[in-house]
Parts: sequence; structure tokens; C-alpha cells
Amino acid sequence: MFIDYQSMSIWELLAFNAPGWGGTLLKGLALSLEIAILGFLIGLLIGIFGALGKLSKNIISRDLWACYTTAVRAIPELVLILLIYFALPSALNSLLNAIGFEEIEINAFIAGVLVISFVQGAYATEVIRSAMMAIPTGQIEAAHAFAMPKFKILYRISLPAMLPHALPGLSNLWLIATKDTALLAVVGFTELTLAARQAAGSTKEQLLFLSVAGLLYLIISLLSDVFFKHLIRRANKGQMHG
Amino acid sequence: MDNIPSTPTSLAAKKAPQIFRPFTWLMPHRVILIGLVIYLISLLINKLDWYWIEEYQDDILIGLWRTLVLLVTTFVTGFILAIPIGLVQVTGPKYLARLAQSFCSVIRGTPLLLQIWLIYYGIGSIFPEIEWLRDSFLWPYLTDAWPYAFLALTLSVAAYEGEIMRGAFAGVPKGELEAAKAFGMSPFKILTRIWLPRAIQRSLPVIGGEVILQLKATPLVATITLIDTYAVFSKIRQETYIVYEPLLFMTGIYLILAGIIALIFNRLEKKNEAH
Repeated sequence: MFIDYQSMSIWELLAFNAPGWGGTLLKGLALSLEIAILGFLIGLLIGIFGALGKLSKNIISRDLWACYTTAVRAIPELVLILLIYFALPSALNSLLNAIGFEEIEINAFIAGVLVISFVQGAYATEVIRSAMMAIPTGQIEAAHAFAMPKFKILYRISLPAMLPHALPGLSNLWLIATKDTALLAVVGFTELTLAARQAAGSTKEQLLFLSVAGLLYLIISLLSDVFFKHLIRRANKGQMHG
Repeated sequence: MDNIPSTPTSLAAKKAPQIFRPFTWLMPHRVILIGLVIYLISLLINKLDWYWIEEYQDDILIGLWRTLVLLVTTFVTGFILAIPIGLVQVTGPKYLARLAQSFCSVIRGTPLLLQIWLIYYGIGSIFPEIEWLRDSFLWPYLTDAWPYAFLALTLSVAAYEGEIMRGAFAGVPKGELEAAKAFGMSPFKILTRIWLPRAIQRSLPVIGGEVILQLKATPLVATITLIDTYAVFSKIRQETYIVYEPLLFMTGIYLILAGIIALIFNRLEKKNEAH
């Protein structure tokens, strides 16, 4: 079916339903956000373990975590995406075959989440590690003196106490997560950037659709900024400012 | 990440592992780890197919050269732009500060891939409609991907580094600037002799990391038909149907490049340490 995009107005082009491309863009935005949120949260979890591993007395775990964070910070995200997108599923399946399990299928969404969380985990490790180091040692020692078990110290003392120090870094990481989802466009996953590119290619209105996508990203980043500023202000309420 | 306050004790703890002592590499677990890595690498070299390297040698070198040229030119140009962007946010006037600030948040708030596409496909689609441009000497350049890639990467550096330079300019102790003023230095001289060198010195560790980030951003230009290192290896993968080897080799190349950059900046930092 031939659609005459040239004669349509901007609002018709951006309309939510079919000849317009607004729906496609919003669907892409939703996918981008889902992947960013999941990747950010899993990355945060990796970051907590990574920070504990890097601060532990065990030199082997310290070295292994150092290898992980160094590698992620040195290898381009685009290359990591290729590695995880193409190499990981086949490697995983040949491993599963070898130990007699059935093959699993890693779809684009899961691969995307894996990539983002892998990258986020490395950066989150560094953020949380330096935030934990900013906790006065006396507080941890006091917890030890009360004979608190290790895990309890972690979630009662370390994590809440490091949060105000980590929040600026974490807000930065969240923005990186939203922007990194755009890289999935390169492997053909229709998130916001690729959705915009498809709309632009079909309608020949390159500037319009790519700018609209940019505007959507910008709105997300500005809203997140306001949200995190609010969180930081709340977290710092009880802190002394010397 | 630079606004994380740190107590003196945590600073000392942070610095300790960074001192490079050669004999720490000979700790038993590290020897085993290094041995494991060497074994793995030799396994990779022996078991996998590497015959294509010879065939594509020239392509790889050209790709590498392009990546490096793109990295150096865009970073230097972007950094030169970043200096006024950072400076006006500290000194004013207010409308210029506002302008610089919004430039930074627009670039930093959108993905670089989208910016590259917007500039290449979006702005690039306007040019053919301008009659006189098609006959001008500029036309051959405008149909090439280079200028677009260069512009996008440079703007990105300008925004990210502008933000860092703003903090660095603001962080130079007021007393030093006042002392320079008391010596009767002109504002321009204060900037070039005191303010800028001190700001750059203070931000050197961060800038080293930013150069590596820029290196990691360069493969994005492969999406607008520029043949850099990344694109060469994509081509190899498509032509030889080999999946893993080119990917691993490319990963190794980027790791080594990042390592070299880190080493260079470590040297620079040591040389320019504040006393």
C-alpha cells in the first residue's frame, strides 16, 4: 500500500495510529525504559556485590572484581553488545548441551538487559565502593561491637549509610543506562532510536523523527534529574555539613 | 562521581592500592591467575582460526589509523571548545552561561548514536535541497561521512568536557587568582598563565578517563558508513563467516588502546603533580 507521507502535516505524521508513527515511537520509548530500569536495578545488585568483593580482605576476589571493572571500562559498549548478543547465547547453549540440558533461547530483550546490567554493574561497583569507603569506620565497628551478623551490618548500616554518598554517582549511572539502550539499535532491536530511524526512513522526514526521539530522551533525562535532585536533598537531610 | 565527599582516612585507603609496586605481581594467587590467562590465550591462539589476519592486515591497520585520527582530532577540537563553555558558566555573563548550560544538558541528555544519526541523516538530508551548495566546492565533503562524524563526536566532547572544565575552573583557589591580579596581570594573562593550567592540572585524572570514553564512542561512526576498526572487523565477520575470532581480536585491540591511554595519562599526572 502506498502512503503519501509528503502531503501529511507534522501532527498527522506523529499521530498515534497507523499512518502516523507516534505509536511506534512511544512503543520504542517504553522498551528503552524497561531495559534501562531492569539493567539499572540488576547493575545495582552486581555493584553491591562488587563493592563488597573489592573491599573484602580476600585478595583473589579483589583481583577478579578489578579485572571485571577494568575490562568493562576499556571495551566499547558496542563491542560488548556484539559479544553478549552473538557469542553468549551460542556459548551458553553449547555449555548446556555438554552437561545435558536443553537449549534455551535468549531473545533480544533479555540480551539487551544482560548487556546493560553487565556494563552498569562495573560502574556501580566503583560508585558504591567509594561511597562505602566514605562511611566512618566507627559506625561499622560499633555494629561489630553489638555482635551484628555480617549480613545485618550490610543492610542495616552499610547500605543506608553509603546511600547519600552514592546517589550523585547513581543518578549519573541511570542516565548512562537510558542512553546506552540506544546502542541496541545497532543489533536491530527496535527501541526508541531505531524506531525513530525506521519512521524517518519510511517517511523521508529524517530531521523530524530523529529530533522528536531526541526530545523524548531529553525529557526523560530532565525528569530524572529533578527526581534524583529531590532524592539527594532528602538523603542529605540528616547529614551534617561542616 | 566527583561530588562524593571523602574523609581523610578513606582518601588514604583509596590511594594505597594505586601505588605500582612490581613485586605485588608475584604474589602466589596472581602468578596462578596470570598463568591461567596465558594458558587461555595460548589455547585461543592454537584452537581457533586466525588465518584471516594476514589477509586483512592492511584493512585492520587502516581501520586502526582512522580510529586514532578520529579520537585525537575530535578530542582536541572538542576540548578547545570546552574551555570557553566551562569558563562562561563560572564567569558569566548570565545569558551566555545559560546558553552553555543548556547546550551541555541537551548533548549529555541524548544518546550519541542518535546525535550522529540526526546530524548525518537529518541535517545531511537538507543539503541536497539547497541548489547552490550542490555546485560549490563543498559538495564532495558534504556527501562524505567524515564531516558529520567529526562534528557529532566533537560536539559530544565539548559538552562533556565543558561540564568538567566548569567544575575545574570553579575549583581553582580564589587566592591564586587574586595573587595574579595583585601582580597586575591582565585578565587574559591570568587565564592563560594561572587559571587554565591549574584547572587542567586538577582535572587531568578525569580527562584521562574521558579520552577512554571517547575511544569507546568512536565505533558508533561505523553506523554511518565510516570504516573504522569496528567496521573493518564487521566486514571480516561477514566475509569469512567466522564469528568469535574477529570479535575477540577486536576486543583485544580496544583493551590495549585503552591501556596505552591510561598509561600516558598516568605519566602526565605524575609529571604535573601539585606540590
